[in-house]
Amino acid sequence: MTTKQLMKGCEAIAEAALRGGCRYFFGYPITPQNDIPEYMSARLPEIGGVFLQAESEIAASNMVYGAAGAGARVMTSSSSPGISLKQEGISTIAGAELPCVIVNVMRGGPGIGGIQASQGDYFQSVKGGGHGDYKLIVFGPDSVQEAIDIVYGAFDIADKYRTPVMILADGLIGQMMEPVTMPEFKSDEEIKVEKPWAATGWHEGCGRPRAIINSLYIEDEALEALHERLQARYRIIEQNEVRYEYYNIEDAEVILIAYGTISRVCRSAIDELAEEGIKVGMVRPITLWPFPSQAVLDAVAQPSVKKALAVEISAGQMVEDARLAVNGLKEVAFLGYPGSKIATVEEIIAKVKALREE
Amino acid sequence: MTKVFARTKGLIDVPNHYCPGCGHGIVHRLVAEVLEEMDLLDHTVGVAPVGCAVFAYNYFNCDMYEAAHGRAPAVATGAKRVFPNNCVFTYQGDGDLASIGTAEIVHAAHRGEKITTIFINNAIYGMTGGQMAPTTLVGQRTTTSPKGRDKDLCGEPIRMAELLATIEGSAYIERTAVNNNANIIKTKKAIRKAFETQMERKGFSMVEVLSTCPTNWGKSPIEAMQWLEDEMIPYYPLGVFKEV
Repeated sequence: MTTKQLMKGCEAIAEAALRGGCRYFFGYPITPQNDIPEYMSARLPEIGGVFLQAESEIAASNMVYGAAGAGARVMTSSSSPGISLKQEGISTIAGAELPCVIVNVMRGGPGIGGIQASQGDYFQSVKGGGHGDYKLIVFGPDSVQEAIDIVYGAFDIADKYRTPVMILADGLIGQMMEPVTMPEFKSDEEIKVEKPWAATGWHEGCGRPRAIINSLYIEDEALEALHERLQARYRIIEQNEVRYEYYNIEDAEVILIAYGTISRVCRSAIDELAEEGIKVGMVRPITLWPFPSQAVLDAVAQPSVKKALAVEISAGQMVEDARLAVNGLKEVAFLGYPGSKIATVEEIIAKVKALREE
Repeated sequence: MTKVFARTKGLIDVPNHYCPGCGHGIVHRLVAEVLEEMDLLDHTVGVAPVGCAVFAYNYFNCDMYEAAHGRAPAVATGAKRVFPNNCVFTYQGDGDLASIGTAEIVHAAHRGEKITTIFINNAIYGMTGGQMAPTTLVGQRTTTSPKGRDKDLCGEPIRMAELLATIEGSAYIERTAVNNNANIIKTKKAIRKAFETQMERKGFSMVEVLSTCPTNWGKSPIEAMQWLEDEMIPYYPLGVFKEV
């Protein structure tokens, strides 16, 4: 099907998940992601899957652990305060080396915060979130179409690396409607992945060892072995899975660094500045972990570039990874708001002009 | 020579870590025997708790999960929904089930989740060193109630079997004890009934087993059995609280 249709972000994410192989969903209501569980509750039974509204986000994430341990393609979604509650399950799933997909349609925090769009959960998503040394593969889509494409492939990536994958969408991506193309359903063959480690029922001689789905490694050697496996896997993910987009970076004087919805505001600012003859480019991270550090460095290191500017819907979180990537070579300034406000095209233009004149 | 007794196939032949006189060993064996006798072992998935039974996955001879503290019923829900024909059980202590995991157990029952819960009530946190549990008796000394549980400060012990029996989705709820042979036999029958309830898809099933913790109670194994009989059973009456 190549026809374009108008779809709301949350519903598009849900449909794309089903087409990518999701058959189990455990969730809990919270704004602004409610359209995902609502959509799943209607659609999953139609395709032979299971939707279950849990008693809490904590329970939902532990149900995901149960279903992932049984080898299922399973997903949950929530918004910021709910994602905080899910961290117990997420840390457990990472520790047990299980695949799953988690969608965070971010709202403002801390605490109960607000329900406007936000990118305040960047640190939580890419630096751990739950306890212990682990990583999630984290994507930050900038459009409904990109969210679809990412979710559609997310279950394959989760299964490949036996690791949780998070889609970090701000509330705007979840709530806006855009014309999209929905991919075909993956066939049963495509979504069937051998999982000899799964807890499915066992007897002596059934061709696999008894399954123990577990994040407890009480012996020092066992915990060390887990971390050796995890870290080796993370290095491979860093090599294979980095995604980003360059926009007009050649001969740019200033490089913007932005992900998600705010990158579209940056794009408009870049186009307007170009009309004035001011060359500005952008690096748009698509994977937030692994962060496209080399791509950021390469763009900013160009001789034409005087300064870089990270723009976020936060008090400044991704900017820290951008500065680590640039490592002091050039200044990486910041523009952003942590509340319910989003930087405008005019503000970005003014900031770029001010940076040029400094 | 005729073999008249053998270790159940439901238990792996390894030494367990439980203290002398602890009731876990008895209940593990009863659960394993029932699973073997009902021919369920090859499609049973168990969920171990956080607590003294945290290593139950090393003892039960079937596929197993280890759940985060209190979340075994949620994990079991995920496992059961993916394989509805499997026999899925949780094995939980009183800190796990009656304190941190109350939401998960109440809602597993409320959904009528077709799982079986084996709930070990020994009125104390064992693994962490004898702290007060919601099930600790009034006046009972623990490491966090050194002068004895004060009901004005901490309330009175929670009766989970009675509580869960009020929930529509509960299909079989019984409380038993392991203080003597007669009660151990009754416990095994209750466990069998609970698994039958699950496999007949009637709803949620739980057996609450009053058990001993001589180490943290500061008693010998025999004294502990006597204390269970004299102090626990009067407060936690034995019997079937729900059967549909």
